[in-house]
Amino acid sequence: MIFGMPEEEYFAPGHRACAGCGAATAMRLITKAAGPNTVLVESTGCMEVVSTPYPQTAWRLPWIHGAFENSAAIASGVEAALKAQGRKKDINVVAFAGDGSTFDIGIGPISGMFERNHDVLYVCYDNEAYMNTGIQRSSATPFGASTSTHPAGKESKGKTEWKKDLTHIIAAHGTPYVATASISHPRDLFKKVQKGIEIKGATFVHILAPCPTGWRSDGAKTVEIAKLAVNSGVFPLFEIEDGKHVIQRPKKVTADIREYLKLQGRFKHLDEKDITFIEEQVKKRYDRLVKLAESGL
Amino acid sequence: MVRSVMEASHAASEAVKLIKPDVVAAYPITPQTHIVERISEMVADGDLKTEYIRVESEFGAISALVGAAAAGSRTYSSTASQGLALMNEMLFVASGMRLPCVMNVANRALSAPISIWNDHQDSMSARDIGWLQFHCETAQECLDLTLLAYKVAEDHKVLTPALVCLDGFTLSHVFEPVDVPDQKTVDAYLPPYKPLHAYVDPARPVTQGPIAFPTHYMELRNEQNEAMMNSFPVITQAFKDFADKFGRAYDFLELYRMDDAEFAFLGIGSECGTLKVIVDKLREKGEKVGLIKMIVYRPFPKEQLLEATKDLKGLAVLDKAISVGFEGVLFTEVRSAHYDSDHKPDLRNFIVGLGGRDIRYEHVESIYEMLKSGKGKKIEWMY
Repeated sequence: MIFGMPEEEYFAPGHRACAGCGAATAMRLITKAAGPNTVLVESTGCMEVVSTPYPQTAWRLPWIHGAFENSAAIASGVEAALKAQGRKKDINVVAFAGDGSTFDIGIGPISGMFERNHDVLYVCYDNEAYMNTGIQRSSATPFGASTSTHPAGKESKGKTEWKKDLTHIIAAHGTPYVATASISHPRDLFKKVQKGIEIKGATFVHILAPCPTGWRSDGAKTVEIAKLAVNSGVFPLFEIEDGKHVIQRPKKVTADIREYLKLQGRFKHLDEKDITFIEEQVKKRYDRLVKLAESGL
Repeated sequence: MVRSVMEASHAASEAVKLIKPDVVAAYPITPQTHIVERISEMVADGDLKTEYIRVESEFGAISALVGAAAAGSRTYSSTASQGLALMNEMLFVASGMRLPCVMNVANRALSAPISIWNDHQDSMSARDIGWLQFHCETAQECLDLTLLAYKVAEDHKVLTPALVCLDGFTLSHVFEPVDVPDQKTVDAYLPPYKPLHAYVDPARPVTQGPIAFPTHYMELRNEQNEAMMNSFPVITQAFKDFADKFGRAYDFLELYRMDDAEFAFLGIGSECGTLKVIVDKLREKGEKVGLIKMIVYRPFPKEQLLEATKDLKGLAVLDKAISVGFEGVLFTEVRSAHYDSDHKPDLRNFIVGLGGRDIRYEHVESIYEMLKSGKGKKIEWMY
């Protein structure tokens, strides 16, 4: 055990992810937390493509991929089959997908799975754009980010909308456990995945996974960038258990949003006015989260 | 065995009860609803033990089926029209992953304009996806062919999903006497499904649904095509076993009064009832005419078809689906099949029954007139 995490690797080395890939780190941690008696259901996306170039595979666990927008529906079927076979109590079902799959194209099946409350942990690794197809805008892309379908230009500041608040959309289904996590905080992530599995019913963990290729950042700084996202309040780590918010980090905002933005080429076109707007919006949202947590909601 | 009068939809539901799938995932769409409502009652009353997932869409239904089948379970769903179209992407995934899912399709026209009534444009649009395709004329066939579809789909030489089609309303909502076999006989015919390659076992982890590069994709598609072609002897054996166990004989094609026929109709599904009546009437008048009813549409029974048409002067192919910009879908295939044959009857195409338009006796009599006299166009729309 290292930091309370098993040494066994279920996401094997040799996969084809980019250097500094945040999602690959997430996969490693998720599978360690889920353990050997787990079946993974994955949507089409970076992690699917880099891990299964036929006839090779990086997965040391049963792994199923169907299409882009339906890991939640496929996982519903897997869970039902294991129940029918009398094996559900022995095997964890974990679905995972990127933000394009989760926030955009797959939200119908996801809503269905959470409404029916299948005993599945759904993990979204959020790299804030369609990275597998070449950095196109998704509804998880943050305000102001330049992407290949909403690039910055003379008449454009990149994305004009705020990131969709998917975590609360999932929570609104009456979901027993919803959490955010970051690869910069592995022990917190590990615990949340384990908790998501332990709690019966459909549970959700939303992981921020920086993408050096798409964020135009240094692959060596992936963890640092993820940490700044958390500590600046851009991506706070919290849980919603039985409908109640609990914030893990930051208890108090300690990092500067400007530091976070500065390390990423996707934001380099933003001017002072844009950055001030982002600061205001991040603060507003973080303060709201604190209020929810303080009032026991 | 019990004989009772029931709706054809309920005959399909009875088949599902006898098959005992581990997982049912379905979404309601007219005219498929009666099938899934009856299954729901069976589950509610404890007559069918299955995990029934009330999914959020047809896309969710086929996705859940893929998940359950990939986990090694026997699965069932049913749909129609827009629902089958919404499933389209995952139909390819199910067949490509070689998962023996079985679905009933209550055939219905596609929008626009929206129509809830019958034709074959939905299942015909699924013909190239790698699903076996069976078509029913009667309520009894809805039960029988659904049972048989599992037998074929789950065979380890085939491992290919199957559609069992029944015409919306003109069959799905029609009441007929149906012999419901007893569970013991069905169990002897269709033993529990034993997965070969698709299962979930942490001790033997399998990666299902990987990415294949151009170095491997063609080999895998070729294997899939071979599996479908391998189904010919498997279907033949399944028909034979079915006749032995249940006393009802089927074949790829049903040949009705074809022995000395000079002319024939080729039809699919419920319209064959009408066609049989007209064949009888024409026979009474001394006309040498018969009917070829296509029960198995995929794999395409080319050899059986050429054998059936080898003495014909003319064949009228009735199509309830049009390939917009060309001709009837079935007609293209029938004509293609005859290209390699020494004997080429006069092949004529009649587009009928789109969007639930009645196929009337007068239509069929007129088709026969045109076929026999050689008058009319190569492709005629009958309405």
